Amino acid sequence: MNTVIDAHNISKVYNPETIPVYAVNNVHLHLERGEFTALVGPSGSGKTTLLNMIGGLDKPDGGNIFINGNDITKLSANELIDFRLKNIGFVFQSFNLIPVLTAKENVEFIMQLQKIKQSERDERIKQLFQQIGLEDKLNERPSKLSGGQQQRVAVARALASKPQFVLADEPTANLDTKSASNLLDIMAKLNKEENITFLFSTHDQRVIDRARRVITLVDGRIVKDTAVVSTEHKEAATIR
Amino acid sequence: MWLAKMAWKNIWRNRNRTIITMAAIFFAVILSVIASSLQAGIFDNLVKNVVSFYTGYMQVHKQGYWDEQILDNSFESSAETEKKILQNKNVTSVTERLESFALASSEDITKGCLVVGINPEKENEVTLLRNKLTQGSYLQDNDNAVLLSQGLAKRLQLKVNDTIVLMGQGYHGATAAGKYRIKGLVKFGSPDLNDKALFMPLATAQDFYSAYGMVTSYVLSLSNTKDLQPTESSVRLAIGAGYEVMTWEQMIPDIKQHIETDSNNMKYVQGILYMLICFGIFGTLLMMMVERKFEMGMLVAIGMKKSTLVILMLFESLLTVIAGCLSGIIISIPLVHYLNKHPIKIGGETAKAYERFGFEAIFPTSTEASNFIHQGLIVLVIGLVLSLYPMYKIIRINPVTAMKR
Repeated sequence: MNTVIDAHNISKVYNPETIPVYAVNNVHLHLERGEFTALVGPSGSGKTTLLNMIGGLDKPDGGNIFINGNDITKLSANELIDFRLKNIGFVFQSFNLIPVLTAKENVEFIMQLQKIKQSERDERIKQLFQQIGLEDKLNERPSKLSGGQQQRVAVARALASKPQFVLADEPTANLDTKSASNLLDIMAKLNKEENITFLFSTHDQRVIDRARRVITLVDGRIVKDTAVVSTEHKEAATIR
Repeated sequence: MWLAKMAWKNIWRNRNRTIITMAAIFFAVILSVIASSLQAGIFDNLVKNVVSFYTGYMQVHKQGYWDEQILDNSFESSAETEKKILQNKNVTSVTERLESFALASSEDITKGCLVVGINPEKENEVTLLRNKLTQGSYLQDNDNAVLLSQGLAKRLQLKVNDTIVLMGQGYHGATAAGKYRIKGLVKFGSPDLNDKALFMPLATAQDFYSAYGMVTSYVLSLSNTKDLQPTESSVRLAIGAGYEVMTWEQMIPDIKQHIETDSNNMKYVQGILYMLICFGIFGTLLMMMVERKFEMGMLVAIGMKKSTLVILMLFESLLTVIAGCLSGIIISIPLVHYLNKHPIKIGGETAKAYERFGFEAIFPTSTEASNFIHQGLIVLVIGLVLSLYPMYKIIRINPVTAMKR
């Protein structure tokens, strides 16, 4: 095991000058490679803010976040973009595929940004579409795919850059039960077989049930951090 | 390359928006091309009318003649000088004139007049003098006769086939006197010229003024009338320092000034047109930015550099603006050519006023390629400058706020 995410004392405060609201309050979080973790909590508990800060989309007002040993709070906005491209995969609630590109082109797009060679891109695309079970939908535009299929393509896109971990913000929120189950199967399989680290923010019990670690956030604080099943993965963090 | 492909796909994702933007640019180009071609065409026509009155586009005199227009400042006409002038490819013909003043008398009346000795055929090529003939017939080289302007004939109460008596001072103080048959009457738009001009064959004028072999000016015809300055310099260089070479702009500065003033006024009209174009294009750019804000935030979130996103937007703007500009230019070409062949005709009193001054009462368009290129480029630059706004917004985009629904 090695540490992928190591966040110390991170805080995010809105309206610090007037009525301070702590979206995230002094949170410590430690994730090892290969974890399959759900971040849960009521609306407004700070899940998305925490995820945004770990993903380098938002800067904390206090504390440090180390990804693979690099303190991302010290990086400039441009360095963060590059860091995200190389190290973090994102899956969003509303799929967010580029509508004018085909499923294949949406996945390839990330590798084009990384300036990966065509032959390598083709090979990776083939492998990813096999993993998400959409080999026959390579040339379909997002509008021709179901919600579940679009989210599977989004997962493939998130994995295209071979990231350190994948952040998924409510990935099943817009999916029906069958599609959500398929998606979770795929992500669980990728986690198990390729040791890919997943961190979800979710309300969805289906996701919570499949997670091996559940972190509960209330009012910007971690109130519970539980390892659910695995014998391999012990409780990874303590309640702070 | 993949960015250009993506830009092409992006501009067609919202077909209506793209068509509206392209249409705004398309109509802007057509309007500005027609406005500028019309302006250039009207000015060209004005110059053509004024220049073909009398001066021609360019003249050669003995050095100092223009400041002191007397016979003693004439020069000897030489085939060699003419040949040197004609070596310039832009000069198509050279015609000589001998001009001076004389007293013209009928039975009881005497009046000062401008005597112009001309080569009848060559003069007609430059000033279309034959077309100004209202009565009688045109001059021949060996005629001992004159063409009289209508106003002068009226003052002197003379008509075709009457005799006019001329008296004046000839070359180097010689006495000039002669009587001539009036072969025809010509009408000029310019009241000044119409009241004093008298034309006779060059040899007759040289004989009258005892200025044998002398001329006061060479009037030059040009193939490209816009190419004045280079032609002037080249002719001056060819014939040497003893001569002055003058363009119509130097000889009739009032017209040049009038054109400049009118051009400045026209710039305000074009400025308003360009502002309308700006609003049209900017409106669609704003719509596009609102529609795609989320997507742009998402692209930055997943690792697309803002500079790459700016290049993508630049490609999209370039493709849209160039497509609008090109289609506008392609359609405006036949329109401008049609308006050149079938110019807008002015009617009523305005037309009569124009014709009274010898101007054609028409507004033709200029078909010069530079009008299309300039206007196309201006609209292209406007489009590209306006696309700096989305680029500025991209540079400032925050993926977290952009992705908030």
